[in-house]
Amino acid sequence: MVPVLLILIPLLAGIASFFTGSEKTARFWALLASLFTLLVSILGLTILKDPSYLAFETSWLGSLGSSFSVKLDGMGQILCLLTAISYPIILLATWHTPHKKANNFFGLMLLTQAGLMGVFLAMDALLFYFFWELALIPVYFLCSQWGGERRIAVTFKFFIYTFIGSLLMLVGIIYLYTQTPGNSFAIADFYNINLPTSEQSNIFWLLFIAFAIKMPVFPFHTWQPDTYEQTNYATTMVLSGIMVKMGVFGIIRWLLPVLPAASYAWGDTVSTMAIIGMIYASLIAIRQNDLKRLVAYSSIAHIGLMCVAIFAETESGMQGVMIQMFNHGINIIALWIVVEIIERQFGTRKISELGGLAKKMPVLSILLMIVALANIALPLTNSFIGEFLMFNGIFGSTITKYNVVFMVCAGITIILAAIYTLNMIRRVFYGETNEITANAVDIRENEKWILIAVVALIFIIGVYPQAILNISSETVNEILKEADITPYLIGK
Amino acid sequence: MNALIISAVFGVIMMFTGIFVKQKPVTRNIAIAGVALLLLVNILEMSGIDFFKVHTAGFMLFDRFALLFNSVAFGSTLIYFILSAPDMEKVGHYYADYFALIFFILCGVVLVASFQSLLILFLGIEIISIPLYILTGSNKRNLISNEASLKYFLMGAFSTGIMLMGITLLYGATGTFDTQFMNIETEGTSALVIAGMLLLFFSMAFKVSAVPFHFWTPDVYDGCPTVFTSFMATVVKSAAFVGFIRLFYDAFGSIHDDWKLVAAIITALTLLVGNITAVFQQSVKRMLAYSSISQAGFMLLGLLALNATSKEGIILYATAYSLATIGIFAILLKMNDHSFESFNGFARQQPLLAGVNVIFLLSLAGIPLTAGFLAKFYMLKATLESGDFLWLVILAVIMAAVSVYYYFRLIQAMYFKEGDGNAIEVSPGFKLMLVIVAACLIVLGVFPNLLLNWLYF
Repeated sequence: MVPVLLILIPLLAGIASFFTGSEKTARFWALLASLFTLLVSILGLTILKDPSYLAFETSWLGSLGSSFSVKLDGMGQILCLLTAISYPIILLATWHTPHKKANNFFGLMLLTQAGLMGVFLAMDALLFYFFWELALIPVYFLCSQWGGERRIAVTFKFFIYTFIGSLLMLVGIIYLYTQTPGNSFAIADFYNINLPTSEQSNIFWLLFIAFAIKMPVFPFHTWQPDTYEQTNYATTMVLSGIMVKMGVFGIIRWLLPVLPAASYAWGDTVSTMAIIGMIYASLIAIRQNDLKRLVAYSSIAHIGLMCVAIFAETESGMQGVMIQMFNHGINIIALWIVVEIIERQFGTRKISELGGLAKKMPVLSILLMIVALANIALPLTNSFIGEFLMFNGIFGSTITKYNVVFMVCAGITIILAAIYTLNMIRRVFYGETNEITANAVDIRENEKWILIAVVALIFIIGVYPQAILNISSETVNEILKEADITPYLIGK
Repeated sequence: MNALIISAVFGVIMMFTGIFVKQKPVTRNIAIAGVALLLLVNILEMSGIDFFKVHTAGFMLFDRFALLFNSVAFGSTLIYFILSAPDMEKVGHYYADYFALIFFILCGVVLVASFQSLLILFLGIEIISIPLYILTGSNKRNLISNEASLKYFLMGAFSTGIMLMGITLLYGATGTFDTQFMNIETEGTSALVIAGMLLLFFSMAFKVSAVPFHFWTPDVYDGCPTVFTSFMATVVKSAAFVGFIRLFYDAFGSIHDDWKLVAAIITALTLLVGNITAVFQQSVKRMLAYSSISQAGFMLLGLLALNATSKEGIILYATAYSLATIGIFAILLKMNDHSFESFNGFARQQPLLAGVNVIFLLSLAGIPLTAGFLAKFYMLKATLESGDFLWLVILAVIMAAVSVYYYFRLIQAMYFKEGDGNAIEVSPGFKLMLVIVAACLIVLGVFPNLLLNWLYF
């Protein structure tokens, strides 16, 4: 019931949005739909949290062994909540940004939301794949039609990249499907497959590349900074706030428990790739002069840490990933909102051309400061608890021999994050004003309240993370149980 | 049997129509009614109502697979007639004759889809080919059309010769033309059988334009009047595939291990060459010619796998591919020139046509929620089920990603590039028909069983 609504509301509203007339109507319509989705999502967490409301299954492609099976488990709850919460924030924050053909724009945005929800809810591999693509296609149109000069070529690169990934994933899924006893795509049957390790490895890479491109993990990240730079802000927020979580989510739900032996065998390789990516992205971020690219590279570093924590396969690390997926989503959206305000007012994103904004825009400065501190995971902010749990998990991992190395290397990137974030703040907000920033005015009401709301969320989760950890703990334990490699080790 | 006889009769009727009926719309409507009738009697035959009780003496077998494919072919032709028949007027003076030739081709399609004897296969292929040579050269005053026709004829005659040679060898080895009773032994297969089989394989590979037997395809498709290219690249090609699968399923299934490596190599080459060459095309028509080669690569996966899934898959693939390609060609026919640039700004000028065109292209590229995705899915599934060919499947999906490059170029041109575009005018009926085709693709993409259940019930 609840999961079906979460998919249907944005889907139908999105289709309807194509037929709305003026920009204003389309905007209100999209906001209304997204608020309604948020309401359903919250109801699912509170009043309707009885399991019978949270699962839905009906036959679909019976002859293929696939069914329309959706379910809200702990991880699904968190990510659906993130998706549901982000949309009103994004829509309100870009309320005054004009879009040509606004009805199409908001229609595609809502369709993307439907796809995202579906990805997080699907309990059937084929359905998962369907939604995975459904989320991608509207984004292709969003990025190609609304954005910077080079948007068409850049989006094309992004699309081909992710499409190759998802097709490889499709091969992996079909292969796994042929290995299930009764030829079925149901997740439970996937969890019961016991392939020999060598076969698992092939399939592991087929699936992992798809997720790695989406996250993105080094060396599959090259589409990301370009795409974030060229795309319009609302889409960038969806891409970086929610869409990258598809990759993280995919690994946790569809990779680790399905192919435990391969995840164990290749875990160190993947972690090493992620660590290289983290350090590399952080170093580039330090030298970055473009605000958008800086945030993009910072995102690669943050996602890399999640990747390492997942493959550490500890409860603490996994819980850290769960809460951090949510945190990263809202933090990065807040950062984009700030960057958008700056670009709209000054017509530039170059750090070197800005300066002294704190004097002119005190409210923005304070709010940004808090978001930035959350970005570098200071205590009391939401990211602190997430990163702490992840580090704890990596350090305590029994599954890898290199836990200390990983932790030290990942720790370095925290310091690097502090350098580039604080440096950016220093150069943009402090120092002397110049001719570009001399006439700055402070932020609009809608942006102020949105940022305040995000900041409030940052503090609430920072002080009381248990609210989210409680939701996810059951899922985490289930996944770790499925991912347990002891049976394989005994076999040897 | 219903469809075979009625299609032949209608071929003759259309020839006389050319003499007695001078109004082109009337001719057209007779032809459309004819195909609709064909579709109807074929569906009736699927439900067990057979008007002509002819004893085929084991030469033909009208099983569900054959009948279902006939329905798909007639359905596609019906849509093709409704969308593109008015454009045939521009080709030349012999309007009714074109329809007559197409009805004869349909007659051949029925033979190829339901043969049980190699002789019928040969007859069917010839009955398809000869009218096509004429249609290819039907634009008499155009040198390119003439060249294409001649090229097609020479190549076609060659490959038919090779096919006859193969049939002869097989007859020598097994003493029968009947594919069901060849009883080819798995162990110690005689060299005659292997040679005959390979000759048949190569000649069929010519007909479906598999690499390296594809060289005629781009030139012929390009030179042929566009309105006939549309028919040739869809219905005819699918029919050749169905014949191909039928032949190898019935006759050479027992020695699958002996030829599957050859099939795998040809499939891989077809996918590689078809897709990579398509990337470099500047004309949409030529791009579609290469796209037909690359799609053939995917259909060859079904031949390679040779199991129940691949039979379902080939039906679905033929449907998805034919509908989408006919749709794109119908739009292309309305354009003044066939370059990618001519589609610049098309979305603003014709939002509806651009929208359905996107659905056709997405289906060809194999994006979920369209029939094209499930068609590809069935092929991949069939191949993985047969084992051994993981590398080929991975190659196939990477090539599918390459195909996105050239299909999406058209989407980019229509939606994201500015251009005055050439003003085209289409009737509301044309638009409605295209919307129906697009809707079919989406419905089949979500509920493929609406079509595939006909295979069994």
